[in-house]
Amino acid sequence: MDVFGSFSLLLAFVCAVYAFLGGMVAIKTRHPLLVKSTRQAGMATCVLIFIATLSLEYLLFTDTFSMAYVVSHSNRDLSTFYKFAALWAGQEGSLLFWSTLLSIYVLSVLIAYRHKNGELMPYVGVILAGVQIFFLTLNNFVENPFKTLATVSASGALEPFTRLDGNGLNPLLQYPEMVIHPPNLYSGYTGFTIPFAFALAALLARYPGEKWIHLTRKWTMIAWCFQSVGILLGAHWAYAVLGWGGYWGWDPVENASLLPWLSGTAFLHSVMMQEKRGMMKVWNVWLVFSTFLLCILGTFLTRSGVVSSVHAFANSQIGPWFVGFIILTILVCFAAYFKNRDYLKSENVLDSMVSRESSFLFNNLLFLVACIAVLSGTLFPVFSEWFTSNRISVGAPFFNKVMIPIGLAILFLTGVGPLLAWRKTSLDSLKRNFGWPLLVGIFFGIAAFVLGYRDGASMLCLFLCGFVTWTIVLEFYRGAKVIRARTGMSLMMGAHELAMRNTRRYGGYVVHFGMVLIFIGLAGAAFNIDTQKAMNVGDSLKLGPYTLVLQSGDTKVDKNYTAQRMIVEVLKGNKQIMLLYPEKRQFQGNEQAAGTMVAIYSTLREDLYVVYAGMDPEANVPVIHAFLNPLVKWIWLGGVWVVMGTLLALMPNRRATLVLAATTQPAAAVPGEPALTPHVSLREGHD
Amino acid sequence: MQTRAKFGVGIGVIVVSLAFLAWLGYGESKTYYHTIAEYQSLQGSARNHRMRLAGTVAPGTIKHLPGRIEFVLEEQGKSLPVSYIGTDPLPDTFVDKSQALVEGRPSSDGKFVAEHVQAKCASKYESAPGGDKPAPAATTQTSSTYSAQ
Repeated sequence: MDVFGSFSLLLAFVCAVYAFLGGMVAIKTRHPLLVKSTRQAGMATCVLIFIATLSLEYLLFTDTFSMAYVVSHSNRDLSTFYKFAALWAGQEGSLLFWSTLLSIYVLSVLIAYRHKNGELMPYVGVILAGVQIFFLTLNNFVENPFKTLATVSASGALEPFTRLDGNGLNPLLQYPEMVIHPPNLYSGYTGFTIPFAFALAALLARYPGEKWIHLTRKWTMIAWCFQSVGILLGAHWAYAVLGWGGYWGWDPVENASLLPWLSGTAFLHSVMMQEKRGMMKVWNVWLVFSTFLLCILGTFLTRSGVVSSVHAFANSQIGPWFVGFIILTILVCFAAYFKNRDYLKSENVLDSMVSRESSFLFNNLLFLVACIAVLSGTLFPVFSEWFTSNRISVGAPFFNKVMIPIGLAILFLTGVGPLLAWRKTSLDSLKRNFGWPLLVGIFFGIAAFVLGYRDGASMLCLFLCGFVTWTIVLEFYRGAKVIRARTGMSLMMGAHELAMRNTRRYGGYVVHFGMVLIFIGLAGAAFNIDTQKAMNVGDSLKLGPYTLVLQSGDTKVDKNYTAQRMIVEVLKGNKQIMLLYPEKRQFQGNEQAAGTMVAIYSTLREDLYVVYAGMDPEANVPVIHAFLNPLVKWIWLGGVWVVMGTLLALMPNRRATLVLAATTQPAAAVPGEPALTPHVSLREGHD
Repeated sequence: MQTRAKFGVGIGVIVVSLAFLAWLGYGESKTYYHTIAEYQSLQGSARNHRMRLAGTVAPGTIKHLPGRIEFVLEEQGKSLPVSYIGTDPLPDTFVDKSQALVEGRPSSDGKFVAEHVQAKCASKYESAPGGDKPAPAATTQTSSTYSAQ
């Protein structure tokens, strides 16, 4: 099976090279057969990569301990679930997994558009093959997952060698989130390859109009959704497994996942400027180029350990390859841009500071500054060492100082932007649109103060959350009211009908609401408290409204680990609420490999987060570390809304023909759309 | 043109104020990485920086004292006594011969006072004996992470 996998991988490389070179010739000659054969080579590349991945999974599942990768990341007692996940536990497997996920996108694109966009697709095929060649080079020649173990025999020759058991999976990765977090994040990273390929292809082919944006909109949203979910799952994993009480530490790898998310979010918004007003064309192209580059950079930071980090498990020779590929991509992007930049001329100019355009502009500016801040903070050790020979790192205070104001400003625009009219907004419409939301926001702010959340940034954040929520509610309400007046539907049904008629717009609002919930959760971080105590059985510990009593400790034996478990009773007032079981796990065969399992009692108001921190060496009694983290649950709830909103936005619009036929008022055809100044020509769009 | 000027001013104000905040945050949190040998040759004000040092925990030197934990870090033949005063318990991976990263400031008596300790254990994930290539995947854990999320 190892030879089979290895061979598929090599053949995939050959097919990708053919798709790349043949594709270039096909673009020149336009020979239909060549176009077809290179497209099919592209498809074959993907299928061969799938076969290689399946082979590696087969080797993992059959406990083939003659394979170096299987020995390093699995063992016999590992559960099926984690054997599957061992595919992306190590360097070689992760990179193969990258290729696999990319192939899913590439294959879908090649099949979906095989009879469409004949002018553009050969370019897209070549660019996708180019990216695949890079990863297949790594898979085949730098980090091959199909290496077998060998030992030097007495005669000096290399002989194959099989171990009885493997080393097991890194305990930190033996957690359910770790099985779904990497696939999500990687699906995000790889997914942005599609809009990148189409943007570059459109530029190279001078493909007319905004077609590439329409074509890639759904792909971008899918990638963005995976990226968002991946980031949140990673945060949840850090929260539940690392046991330090937080979910985000501005760790380089966390930052690496945030960077393409920031630029991708900016891109999702700024394309609307191009669709509606024909503006920001250069900007959009560069945003999508940057997003792709940041995805590659993110993979590089994660996999190469260039910035020493909690996550950077690996230190290997892939660094120069990635740097080379990033430089090459930048050069190609610049060359394409300078050759065809006249094609990207803007058709309109900005008219007013208070307009939809300007809100998009400031939204993009803030995302860009956020991106630069996170990028420079993350790479600071690398660059400071380069320029000054001193390796200097910056920590959480740096990121928080910059990112909190940016986050709040973006939250503000989330409320304001969608309600501003294109071109210019009148004072009257501002009053009409923002009076109630402001009042609700102020109410939220006061409520926060009364409830004891008295921190400047947090109160401002909660004020804005109230404000934005109300702007969203009003948007649904106004639209639903119009539909109710025409059809007699109930308000709820009207809101549903409204959302289905313009899924992109109302899906966007649902995503915005999800972000509001996430911001509510983030606002809670200012009020985290924690305490720690070495406790005998029967001792108690007070934290906020809770009292923790250590009941007893026991040992739990599982197939793959032995856990020291503490049984902690939680009391609120004098009422028993529940028992918590924080654990320390000792993984089999790894004397030093221990894992912490945090016990969390989670409510909407706060999380009680209890860690068994080990034995106190002097008194020889267990140490319990307890945290009280307000509002954390809102973050995960927000994530669910973000996903639901994205799914809504991905659905096709429902036609409202029946309803529209009954009316003769086309002006109100788009319910809730802010009044437009007369004589504005807006393009056909889907917003 | 006037609109353009307004946008220019708006963008300028945002960028400048964020740059100012970044500069403040930088001053507050910058941390120098040094090797133990470099650390020992630091002079004057350079000794007062916040810094991060890496080394291997010398076997048998971990001492639990009231309010602090002391140990010795070794790197390339140089050794450095460290006093850990953080409130969080040391990570599970912090044992004799583990690779540790300490963050803090020097004290006047020559000891290094660490507020955070990260440890990466040289476990058997590091290499597969008989394998043609080590598969690096060490676990790193941190004693206490940074105050904010």
